[in-house]
Amino acid sequence: MDLTDKSALVTGASRGLGRALATQLAQAGARVVMVARSEPELRGAAEAIQNAGGEAHPLVADLGRKQDVYPLAGAAAALVGPIDLLIHNASALGPTPLRLLLDTECEDLSSVLETNLVGPFRLSKIIAGSMALRKTGTIVHVSSDASVSAYERWGAYSVSKAALDHLSRLWAAELRERGVRVLSIDPGEMDTQMHADAMPDADPATLARPGDVAARIIALLRDTTVPSGSRVEAQSWRAA
Amino acid sequence: MIAAGRRPTAPERIQIAAATAPRRGFQSERLLVIDPLTRRFGDYRIGELPKLFGRGDVLVVNDAATLPASLKVDPELELRLVSADADGTFRAVTFGTGDFRMPTEARGTPRPLREGERLQFSPELAARVLHIDPVDGRLVQLRFETSGASFFSALYRHARPIQYSYSSKLFELWDVQNRYASRPWAFELPSAGRPLRFETLFEIERRGAELTYVTHAASISSTGSEVLDARLPLPERYDISDSAARTLTRARRNGGRIIAAGTSVVRALEGHADKSGVVVAGSGETPLRLSRSYQPRVVDGLLTGLHEPGTSHFELLEAFAPKQLLLRAVDHAARTGYLQHEFGDSCLVLAGALSAHSAVTVRAQPARRA
Repeated sequence: MDLTDKSALVTGASRGLGRALATQLAQAGARVVMVARSEPELRGAAEAIQNAGGEAHPLVADLGRKQDVYPLAGAAAALVGPIDLLIHNASALGPTPLRLLLDTECEDLSSVLETNLVGPFRLSKIIAGSMALRKTGTIVHVSSDASVSAYERWGAYSVSKAALDHLSRLWAAELRERGVRVLSIDPGEMDTQMHADAMPDADPATLARPGDVAARIIALLRDTTVPSGSRVEAQSWRAA
Repeated sequence: MIAAGRRPTAPERIQIAAATAPRRGFQSERLLVIDPLTRRFGDYRIGELPKLFGRGDVLVVNDAATLPASLKVDPELELRLVSADADGTFRAVTFGTGDFRMPTEARGTPRPLREGERLQFSPELAARVLHIDPVDGRLVQLRFETSGASFFSALYRHARPIQYSYSSKLFELWDVQNRYASRPWAFELPSAGRPLRFETLFEIERRGAELTYVTHAASISSTGSEVLDARLPLPERYDISDSAARTLTRARRNGGRIIAAGTSVVRALEGHADKSGVVVAGSGETPLRLSRSYQPRVVDGLLTGLHEPGTSHFELLEAFAPKQLLLRAVDHAARTGYLQHEFGDSCLVLAGALSAHSAVTVRAQPARRA
């Protein structure tokens, strides 16, 4: 897809991969709505893009809260028009240090599912409706290798990402005839705050930089040969 | 033939019950079909809409999302936004004491505003009164002190959707959105599209009819002021995309019928079309007012709610079907429990919808007193 003058919405955009994606989308000429829970951090990230000449609009919202989602979708469309590219990047790990399933409270699992699965569904449900009407649009679910592999102690996060991958395939199947492309992208291990929260002992030098992964994701979005419904590993993906 | 031999109800006595809240079981929501060609009408379900269209017909929806347009300054003063103007200002109508449970005409007289006055809605949302309408001081022009993301964040946090006196609960923002809506241009729900599920919309296309959209800033339905209500609808902005214009042009060339989902779509299409009914892509503001004498140049049929005789909406239907047929059909609807208002049942007025060659069989029941 050509990103010039496209409208994009990125969740979890105040830092890490989300911020890098928003920055590079704006550099490519997209009009970007950035969403996160923390206002000062989000505002700072948006100002950095604006100061570099990009178009970025910060909207504070918690995707785990039903009440936040319609105001977010409404304000976003008021600012940049109907959304062409929706990137579900925000996610929660649950309590850290990560714990065994036997030590996981049901409420913690529910809360992780609200943010990582139900939140993206709620927002897609609003935005994909207008994409289906206009017969255009792209939705990206940021996944994780934890959605495929059963790593001990990653339970809540892991099941939420496995379900998110399948949600992505289902959206793709139902919207196939409607010109809407839906992908799940596993960014791989990155040097982010989330990674440090989950694995504090990891050596950052062994981890990919969010900016490099964002660049690969944007290249992947531009490559129209990647079929809707795919789950793609960003770090091993090569253009056809 | 429906209701043969039964004495018709006097028009002013036809009363349709209100749907007071969103309903579950949407497939059961009803659809009254009125065919001015065969002069017949019939009872359907909203999910049966696709089979009433033929190949090449086009259903046009209004994809405007609904803004939360009701702002409280204090318990004695509410402002309802009614238009957003190109210069970044808004027009609004003031309402006095009372709340949504009271009909707008029963609300207290709001205190007069002054030009230059500052209105503080919340710590992060304030506006300056720029202009007061010389004919009715309740219509004012405002400029909010913030813009962009700060403005819309604050507006969505503070404002509520406009509420209705018939409702049994407070409508949340999600209650007043159509499923395909995106840009929040509407100040009240463009409610003709509210019963449309994607299952139905996809089925319309699967059967060879088309679906397209315009964006139209549907404004408020009632101010409670006779002077202002007589001026409704105020000029409303609209946007017609390239793809909509292409779809409409193709349909007209191929003899397809154009069906508007709601009067806001009629206003956008008729207000923008040239004299011969050609619609090109573009945006603008239309002051068009539709009445019984209006001759539609673009729109062949209308999907709308149920409307009682004597309302401006009923009068508008007369542009699409003879009054006597409408009265008989609406009398039947009232007697058989159809519901009206934002969450009510639907009505399709379309020439040929019930004709012999269409795919449907006419199966309206003789009217019985409920």
